[in-house]
Amino acid sequence: MNRRLIESVLPPAATFVLTTAAAEFGIRAAGISPLLLPTPSAVARAALQHSSTLLPALAATAQSVVVGLSLSIAVGLLVAIALSTSRWVERAFYPYAIFFQIVPIVAIAPLLVIWFGYGMRAVVAAAFIVSVFPVIANSLAGLLSVDPALRDLFRLYGASRTATLWKLSLPWALPNVLTGLRIAAGLAVIGAIVGEFVGGGGLGVVVLEAMRQQRTDLVFAAVLHAAALGLALFAAVNATSHFALRRWQNQEKDA
Amino acid sequence: MAASELQTKARGLAVRVRDLRRVFRSAGEADVVAVDGVDLAIAAGAFVALLGPSGCGKSTLLRMIAGLDAPDAGTIHFGDGGAAPKNALAYVFQDAHLLPWRNVLDNVALPLELQGRAAGERRDAAERVIAQVGLTDALLRHPAQLSGGMRMRVSLARALVTEPRLLLLDEPFAALDEITRQDLDDQLRALWAATGMTVLFVTHSIAEAAFLAERAVVLTRRPARIVLEHAIDLPPQREAALRGDARFARETSLLYAALRRGNEAAA
Repeated sequence: MNRRLIESVLPPAATFVLTTAAAEFGIRAAGISPLLLPTPSAVARAALQHSSTLLPALAATAQSVVVGLSLSIAVGLLVAIALSTSRWVERAFYPYAIFFQIVPIVAIAPLLVIWFGYGMRAVVAAAFIVSVFPVIANSLAGLLSVDPALRDLFRLYGASRTATLWKLSLPWALPNVLTGLRIAAGLAVIGAIVGEFVGGGGLGVVVLEAMRQQRTDLVFAAVLHAAALGLALFAAVNATSHFALRRWQNQEKDA
Repeated sequence: MAASELQTKARGLAVRVRDLRRVFRSAGEADVVAVDGVDLAIAAGAFVALLGPSGCGKSTLLRMIAGLDAPDAGTIHFGDGGAAPKNALAYVFQDAHLLPWRNVLDNVALPLELQGRAAGERRDAAERVIAQVGLTDALLRHPAQLSGGMRMRVSLARALVTEPRLLLLDEPFAALDEITRQDLDDQLRALWAATGMTVLFVTHSIAEAAFLAERAVVLTRRPARIVLEHAIDLPPQREAALRGDARFARETSLLYAALRRGNEAAA
């Protein structure tokens, strides 16, 4: 156990230390202007210096992301369930669900401000719009892949539609739902930051302000905070997935 | 003794199939006649093997009897006539098809849960059939932690938990190794003898049909038609040694010849 921990932590930690050190000395040696590319130590210093700005901004962004992502899960699952009820419903509506996939969030973000006003609601909407499609698409794929023999079994014992949904389709689709969620988590952070560029608040505004003041080191520090947020969400989904699916291991779905 | 035997025999459900036909149509392709003109009378409490080459339409026949597929022509009656009584049928698939997120106990109790029975009753019934298939030690294990043979046993227990009057099996042990398969054959025979249910067993294995069944129905390749209906002439008490017996060899060669005839007639 301990050895496995070392094996999984040591290589990426070594990569981190080496690349950071290389960047530090490389940037110094090449004499690159801190306006273009600050050294890692300068970024760290900026992060510490402005922690009273960065941490509340991180909390605000995190809040928008979590609300937006929760909406995505709820709406995405409901839409997927509705689409899975019949081939005709799927054919009629699925092409329009793709709208959420192809919509350029940067282009419609101003529209969201017009609709929802400045502030968190527009940011949540942006996070929701970019993250809902992966939830719909993956959940739908899972719901449609239910073993036909198990469907027959439920039919044979006279199971109602609700019982079939709760006891067969949804648990069957769980691995797919979690895959969708993993993708959605990263996208929701992107959506929220873009939403904040126009709607205000959070790390998005810190990035904009720092850029105007030509504080490249602070831009980097804010970006790192956003990345850490995405990583934390990704890890949370992975942990949920590991916990929920630990008993499924080695069981091929089609076995 | 005789009275209780009569009673258990009465539990089995008779099936009468008349002139059954099923055609699969798909756009742009020729129609496939899967089952054609099948007439079959299965007595209450009988153990009948449906023997035919792979893909001959015998599974389609079984699915129609189970009500999972509808015939294009012909009728299926149960008991004294009419539809199957509620909860009288059980079906075992070619593979175990368990719910991977449920342990053995909850997988076996599933049919009772879907029928809306009380939790205590479900648990008692499930534990009883799990003991019958010899899996009491694995009660709380999940399918991923079981061998193929054990999973099939769970599947069999799940079918038996509702105390079906007619058990339909679709090549249930085909994917298992020979020893495991023979063990399960023995177990199935014993369960049949103990419960008095009617068993309809689809297989492509001549030896399995001869060893298990009281009566074998040999089918042709697509469309499935009956070539031979044959009462297996072997003692009711069947043990592994029987497989080396001359009588067993005689029965299998008879079925083999019929299978050949059916294949040639279709070709």
